[in-house]
Amino acid sequence: MPETNKKSDSSEIESYMTMPDKRGHFGPYGGRFVSETLMGPLEELEQAYKKHIKDPAFIAEFEHDLKHYVGRPSPLYHAERWSEQLGGAQIYLKREDLNHTGAHKINNTVGQALLAKLMGKRRVIAETGAGQHGVATATVAARYGMECVVYMGAEDIQRQAMNVFRMKLLGATVVSVEAGSKTLKDALNEAMRDWVTNVDDTFYIIGTVAGPHPYPAMVRDFNSVVGREARQQCLDQAGRLPDALVACVGGGSNAIGLFHSFLDDKDVSIYGVEAAGEGIETGHHAAPLNAGKPGVLHGNRTYLMEDEYGQIIETHSISAGLDYPGVGPEHAWLKDTGRANYVSVTDIEALQAFHDLTRIEGIIPALESSHALAYTTKIAPKMAKDAIIITNLSGRGDKDIHTVAAHEGITL
Amino acid sequence: MSRIETCFSALKNNNKKALIPFITAGDPSLDMTVGLMHVLTKAGADIIELGVPFSDPMADGPVIQRASERALLNGTNTDDVFNIVKEFRTENESTPIILMGYMNPIEVMGYETFVEKAANAGVDGLIIVDLPPEESVEFGEVLKPYGIDQIFLISPTTHGKRLDRICEVASGFLYYVSLKGVTGSNQLDVKAVDDKLNEIRSKTSLPLGVGFGIKNPQIAEDVGRVSDAVVVGSALVERIAEHAGDGEKMKLEISSFMSSLRTALDNIG
Repeated sequence: MPETNKKSDSSEIESYMTMPDKRGHFGPYGGRFVSETLMGPLEELEQAYKKHIKDPAFIAEFEHDLKHYVGRPSPLYHAERWSEQLGGAQIYLKREDLNHTGAHKINNTVGQALLAKLMGKRRVIAETGAGQHGVATATVAARYGMECVVYMGAEDIQRQAMNVFRMKLLGATVVSVEAGSKTLKDALNEAMRDWVTNVDDTFYIIGTVAGPHPYPAMVRDFNSVVGREARQQCLDQAGRLPDALVACVGGGSNAIGLFHSFLDDKDVSIYGVEAAGEGIETGHHAAPLNAGKPGVLHGNRTYLMEDEYGQIIETHSISAGLDYPGVGPEHAWLKDTGRANYVSVTDIEALQAFHDLTRIEGIIPALESSHALAYTTKIAPKMAKDAIIITNLSGRGDKDIHTVAAHEGITL
Repeated sequence: MSRIETCFSALKNNNKKALIPFITAGDPSLDMTVGLMHVLTKAGADIIELGVPFSDPMADGPVIQRASERALLNGTNTDDVFNIVKEFRTENESTPIILMGYMNPIEVMGYETFVEKAANAGVDGLIIVDLPPEESVEFGEVLKPYGIDQIFLISPTTHGKRLDRICEVASGFLYYVSLKGVTGSNQLDVKAVDDKLNEIRSKTSLPLGVGFGIKNPQIAEDVGRVSDAVVVGSALVERIAEHAGDGEKMKLEISSFMSSLRTALDNIG
């Protein structure tokens, strides 16, 4: 494979915002590793995307729906009590949990559904792990009058019964995927199989910054509204840029959404937080950037959790949305270049942060976001009191109440 | 001449079509694969496609997915696949063997190591489902000195410049995916296949094989009339799964199904 893992000297890179290259590569990562049948449709999608993303009418409609339907801009909230208790940096939370449907995922599904409409596709499909992307897709499908099928691992369907019902209420068909590990990766495989079969009338709305080109770039672009807003809000509220950004990384869409606008602000430290599950050393985790190797899965080259023969291994995280063996290729590249730091926190640490934020700020965070919050509690105390951290509160925690209760031996 | 070239030129001289069965290495067990391969050749296989199991077979339908799962449960790894080919070669020097699989096991082993091991084992061609020509330049360079063909797929959605490009870089033969879908699908349209094959033929003189959705002798015959080779996968793998508990019965079943396909193809021309 092409050279990976080489730490290039960051000073050589003038801008981190020019990726991917023409063929969808972020350095050695990304690309388009799919079966032949999808190559044509992906080219067609890329052309349509390139055309419409420059079209003022498309942008206006996208921004209109983000404002009036999603409820943007989302606040940048200064968590004063929490900052005070941690005794260090001032923590600002980017409140993606306040978006319609309760997470950042809707930014991307609005964008892709509008694109699907312009491309004349009447049917949309999606994969989902925690169910947030499935709900966000079912929501826009209802909004734009499209047929919607969501693929979800049988295991995840068990864990996220409420989101499954939400999707059904919204008119979507939820297909239980029984193959493999019955989680997000298998749902993605199954959605790809659907797409390859129904490619003429179907648009595949991928929910994260992974998959074949142009998905990693397109999903990033639709989510980068998060960082654009946060950057301006921070300048407005604090009079300067933050010192650090923190976001959880499963596939990495909320993280890249926050990070992207800051990539060339080189004084801003960037932390992506992976799920260490029961601990990296136990092997029961979902932290490919911390403990995986580069490989090819789901249409792109990136860091993966795999065995010595390249079979994808099962991941573990208390948070279904982080339970994925790969990661977006741009994160792989940001790791290798050293521009971003990828760290991890365990299930236990995330649960502690879940409770802390709930009790101290009156905000119930998603378990995914709780990973970013947990890492924030590690770095904030070591920073000066006038330092600023922006942590992406990527989703709200209502969907996780049952998981948390079960973990604590409580039956609801 | 490579084994693949020799095979197609002999078939052409005899006015025959190539029958290419697919089975997954290690399914139903590692011990049985070599024996099954010999059954396939004795019952009329011209080339064997041997599936390299992968945990996430995105382009495969449920039948071949499950074969992959069974093989992995049996502990089958890439080195086992090479050993299977090596063992097969001790009794059969002539039948071309094509490994069919996904990119990640190759990435992990390293291009050079994988290709060297494949060549040493006696592999003649590779079909890497998720490695389109756009991403295969570097791999192709590694492959060249070993004389192993990378068999490219062409699908109903392959048009224009991409089709030209594939015809340019292809070697061995070209594999036309008969329909939009995964392996084992149900909707093969012979007329549409014929039209596309004619378009491809105007751009290359390589033999053209057709696969995905060929499940019985009748479809094999219909597709054989318009192509140079037919690939049968899911229909065989299904029979292997059905008789997994009884090796002898399985061999009989596979042998008789293969013979029926052979007879159907030999009816042509």
